[in-house]
Amino acid sequence: MNNIGRNIFMGAVLAVLLAPLVVLGGVSLNEPKQLLFPPEGFSLKWYVELITLPDWLNAVKNSLIIAITSAFLSVSIAFPLAYFLWRYRVFYARILFGLGLAPFMLPPVITALGFLIFWVDVGQLLNLQLYGSIIATIVSHAIFFVTLPLVTISLGLESIEAQVIEAASTMGGDDRTIFRTVVLPLVRPYLISGYAFAFVLSLNEYIVAYMVAGFTVETLPIKIFNSLRYGYTPVMASVAVVFVLVAILVFGLIARFGDLPKLMGAWSNKET
Amino acid sequence: MNGAPPKGLQQHSAVIYPAVMLLIFFVAPFGIMLAVSFYHRVESAFYEPAFELANYARFLTAFFGKALGFSIWIAALASAISVAVAFPFTYFMTRLGRPAQVRWLVLILAVLSLSEVIIGFAWSSLLSRTAGVSNILVWLGLMAQPEAWTPAFSALLIGLVYLGFPYTVLVLYPALSRLDPELAQASRMLGASPFKTFFLVIVPVLRNAIMSAFIMVFVFDLGAYILPQVLGKPEHWTLSVHITDQAVFQSNIPFAAALAIFLMLVSLALVSLTMLLGQQRRTP
Repeated sequence: MNNIGRNIFMGAVLAVLLAPLVVLGGVSLNEPKQLLFPPEGFSLKWYVELITLPDWLNAVKNSLIIAITSAFLSVSIAFPLAYFLWRYRVFYARILFGLGLAPFMLPPVITALGFLIFWVDVGQLLNLQLYGSIIATIVSHAIFFVTLPLVTISLGLESIEAQVIEAASTMGGDDRTIFRTVVLPLVRPYLISGYAFAFVLSLNEYIVAYMVAGFTVETLPIKIFNSLRYGYTPVMASVAVVFVLVAILVFGLIARFGDLPKLMGAWSNKET
Repeated sequence: MNGAPPKGLQQHSAVIYPAVMLLIFFVAPFGIMLAVSFYHRVESAFYEPAFELANYARFLTAFFGKALGFSIWIAALASAISVAVAFPFTYFMTRLGRPAQVRWLVLILAVLSLSEVIIGFAWSSLLSRTAGVSNILVWLGLMAQPEAWTPAFSALLIGLVYLGFPYTVLVLYPALSRLDPELAQASRMLGASPFKTFFLVIVPVLRNAIMSAFIMVFVFDLGAYILPQVLGKPEHWTLSVHITDQAVFQSNIPFAAALAIFLMLVSLALVSLTMLLGQQRRTP
């Protein structure tokens, strides 16, 4: 296809991809408490409300706590598993790896319902209020997003050249030393990007958070959805704008300090 | 790295924790959900153990049969459109220089990570009377007065395509970026137009990648649960919405579980098909 046609097509895709973001940006700057576009007046007060109104601030806090801790938990599960599979290649490690990929291949509502039933039942069994607790959301997100660090870390491990490990072991390094001095520094960027992916997706996740603790632990996406039903406010748009900026910042940083095309080239290897 | 299989507790120590976590928090929930799908619903409580097929039999009612049919129809339509747009898009993107590719990828990832709630909200604004595209058309003099285009089937379809598009691009990206550029060059040298090259060389070579992208996005769209509620009318509720509704608002967890197990089997069958296609691709 010739270049003019190509540019028109790419430009059209770009316009459609950006259109909702532009409208959200415009709506978030409205002066009156209405969702108008083009905005009437100019005001940053909806951004201020996001961090001053107690119920929105509470949602911000919940979302951050869940994203920070669940991404950490995800990496803590993914890293040893990816390492073990890379180091030993035994079939049961492969099965576990497949399990780790599964949450991403099923419609999320299924996994979400599984978590709901699990927390209700285990809570009853142990006589604890787990269903509806933030712990349930954190652990559920950690499992739900374990795919992302699992894939990025495995990719990092695969990219370590065999000679480097061989050299280290001929020079007398045992597993532990090699792990600490060779493997860990080389996979660190992949650990960080795995964490970043899990963090951003957890921040945006709705259905699992809703099914597991939607009525007690309100996250930002849940709060937006509730506002969609009961009382629109431009604060919803300001959250969306902040989320887009966070995502662009995080992925921009990954691109700046890592190899994004390579990460993406392998990211979908999970499907083959 | 290959080596002797691990021996003893010490060498296994790395895998114990992830294994325990995945078994308890992922395998167990699915096991319990499978069991619950045969349980008996108790009003005002959750459920009691039983073995009955009533929950599964209830799919056969016209209402849920229609919801299932509609879910499959709109997911198939949306993923077909996603692939039809994403394939040429991804092809052009992979032919760009590295910095441009990285910028596109950052944007695609940012859109991919957007919460379905935000996408639903954004498109309902875009298609609304007060903040929508129709205002621009009015301003341009193409329309007399702004109109609301949501909720409607077309609004839901647009939302689903937007939701699935970045995912489609990322599923197609590896296959397209590894495509040998000499293939297109050879075709051009033999006198084929760029248009012909694209449809008669590139598309057939990547037939399997296209099929598996379609299936992956189909499963992904099948899971949409917010968009049908925000952009669609009640008759546009998909199976995912009904699962949530049964579980949370009707408190009929056994039936929700049965619906979920059914949806899972459909998805698993499709994902396995994708993997088969993937294997064919590797051994041509």
